[in-house]
Amino acid sequence: MRRLAAALATLTLLLPAAAAARDCPRTSLGDIEDEVMCPVCGTPLGLASEAPQAEQERAYIQRLVDSCKSKDQVKRALVAEFGENVLALPGDQGGDDLGDVLVYVIPALGILLAAAGIAFAVVRWRRPQEPRRAVAGADGARLDEDMDRYDL
Amino acid sequence: MRKALSPVPVAVVCVLLGLVALLAYGLASNDPDRGVDEALQRGEREHAPELELPKLGSDGTGALADYRGQVVVLNFWASWCKPCKDESPLLERWHRRMADRGGTVLGVDMLDVTGDAQAFISDYGLTYPMLKDKDGDGLERFGVVQYPETFVIDRQGRIAALRRGPVDEAFMRQSVEPLL
Repeated sequence: MRRLAAALATLTLLLPAAAAARDCPRTSLGDIEDEVMCPVCGTPLGLASEAPQAEQERAYIQRLVDSCKSKDQVKRALVAEFGENVLALPGDQGGDDLGDVLVYVIPALGILLAAAGIAFAVVRWRRPQEPRRAVAGADGARLDEDMDRYDL
Repeated sequence: MRKALSPVPVAVVCVLLGLVALLAYGLASNDPDRGVDEALQRGEREHAPELELPKLGSDGTGALADYRGQVVVLNFWASWCKPCKDESPLLERWHRRMADRGGTVLGVDMLDVTGDAQAFISDYGLTYPMLKDKDGDGLERFGVVQYPETFVIDRQGRIAALRRGPVDEAFMRQSVEPLL
């Protein structure tokens, strides 16, 4: 009976720790670094390879990941340190809804425009050339004479 | 009769012109402001821009205007910047030297992790006041383009000297000492 109680007590202690270990880490550096900026480099953190500021930011993110912060929590911590401009994805930054929409709409429009242009060019290229309209009357006769003079 | 232009080449030319305009705008907007450098070369002193930022590691804000009437050595730095480490002991010495002569060093920690900046301050025993420029607002106002940069501001709030890069004893003697 005493052994059973001891086993139950041990289990009670271990279960929450095991659950916590299972849920942590909740995100990873690789998952975050493409969605945030390196503010000094002016590029997404994932593209800023060996810049010292980027290395510092990565170390900071890794510390937050190791302390079991979620991706949203890490991003909020980065905003507290570097301001809203640290967020790389449109929509992550508040306040400029029109800008966030345009970021998606303009490339889509560009792709549509390019596709339409290519389709238009292909259709024109494949269309058979219309035969040249014959020149009527005196002009036609003169043209025929001129053409006859050339041995083409 | 004038032949109508085909819409495809017109659209392509318009898109290309738009891209060129966008590129030109991007290049122009990224061009750093060199107005202060040019004014100093002409022997003129421009008024320093307004600067109000949160205090580093404590509540409240601090402003450059708080030090009006003093000589201010405004130093932009970050904890990850190697030259900033090299110049910090010199700045601390000068801060102590200036303190009873109406001068101060004012540090602005730029785009930095607060914990790392505080560790830096502790490691180098820095006692001068520090502000935190978390999103680069002060950096833009002063046209800071590299780390570190130091602006020497006279008692009238005008920029009397500027060093883009780490300061040294010769710069401080030449640029700060005469203002004290």
